[in-house]
Amino acid sequence: MNTTESLGWSRIEMAQKAALDIPDGSYVNLGIGMPELIADHVPPGIEVIYHTENGLLGMGPVPEPGQEDVELINAGKKYITAIKGACFFHHADSFTMIRGGHLDISILGALQVCEKGDLANWSTGKPGAIPAVGGAMDLVAGVKNVWVITDHNTKDGQFKLVNNCSFPLTGKGVVDRIYTNLAIIEVTEKGFKVRELAPGVTFEYLQEQTEPALFQ
Amino acid sequence: MINKLVGSDTEAVSDIFDGAVIMIGGFGEAGSPIELIHRLIDLGSKNLTVVSNNTGSGNVGIAALIENRQVRKMICSFPRSTNSVVFPELYRAGEIELELVPQGTLAERIRAGGAGIPAFYTPSSVNTPLADGKEIRDFDGQPYVLEYGIKADFSLVKCDTADRYGNLTYHKTARNFGPIMCTAAKTTIVQARRIVEAGAIDPETVVTPGIFVNRVVEIKDPAHESILVASGERYPR
Repeated sequence: MNTTESLGWSRIEMAQKAALDIPDGSYVNLGIGMPELIADHVPPGIEVIYHTENGLLGMGPVPEPGQEDVELINAGKKYITAIKGACFFHHADSFTMIRGGHLDISILGALQVCEKGDLANWSTGKPGAIPAVGGAMDLVAGVKNVWVITDHNTKDGQFKLVNNCSFPLTGKGVVDRIYTNLAIIEVTEKGFKVRELAPGVTFEYLQEQTEPALFQ
Repeated sequence: MINKLVGSDTEAVSDIFDGAVIMIGGFGEAGSPIELIHRLIDLGSKNLTVVSNNTGSGNVGIAALIENRQVRKMICSFPRSTNSVVFPELYRAGEIELELVPQGTLAERIRAGGAGIPAFYTPSSVNTPLADGKEIRDFDGQPYVLEYGIKADFSLVKCDTADRYGNLTYHKTARNFGPIMCTAAKTTIVQARRIVEAGAIDPETVVTPGIFVNRVVEIKDPAHESILVASGERYPR
């Protein structure tokens, strides 16, 4: 299998694609890593309120150097700011928002996604690895729309879009849509439906890079 | 007269006994009651079960409590992070037990423990290894897993402002687990950045009602974990 780094969308372009799909007025939780880039690319005139599960609705951009507050952090434990109109709350309320279906979109990274929408993103299950789950299982169980943003394949060319997840699951049948460097894919009852191909990527090439059968 | 103020952090934690279940507030360093944890290290109580979202970083705070071999078991959602070295080493060596719990389930187990709810069903972790061996029950055609409330002997919590009744307010995202942990322990011990006269906190803005709090000690200029870690501090030195 070829590496796919030079083809398709950059990480920034992937974030832009996902950002353009967020409806005005959405309450959104962004996972740690690539999902965090999305907030920088929401178009002007679209208001999105960001939830961070450690207890803030209305997360703003990173603070100016020297303005950090060590007790104002996001779920990735990075320094952030709070927008005007933000609110703080405790963990039981935060996960009431998540599990109770009050958030509109959760955007997460992935180790593997299967065509039935199963997600594995918290553990490779390797002996000696320290298992850590955080809020991922709650997010996929409760948020109305679950999107994944990820490289299409692993760095060494293994499938990430698979027939069945071999890594421990985060949730079963939970993913609605996948943004990769090669395509945007909807998870449907019939399997992976390709919504958009990145520039230079053919359907045939995308199929070679994807374990389950795709359709358009 | 009700007066929950105690004179020192050492006095505040002095009755924490071997084998106790202790909830420790904080998400990362935000809200971590470092001074109370360090006094618990001074006290030396052993065989503890600690309920906390993380396992600390560097060699201070919770990480130092673990490194000092006082913790038998962690109940935790995310036991690794940048600069987290102590827990991973002991875990790989089989010298500390881990009960891994999804973060929202951890929060709800604490909330339930404090609210007199022995157990509840949640959708989080169904069809994953973290639900293995647990009771699954369908409601409206959807599967849920049975999870149990957690109660503690002690909770250690950091707040911003407190009064002698134990009414508390918090600072930004340092609130995190504090309010629910205050409800779930037989003895809740709080370190406050400042103590004010009763009535000085607007009743409309009290976050933790004083009934959930047993002891408050003023720590005016609390240490910050990231600053201690960046300067290579260890506890005990």
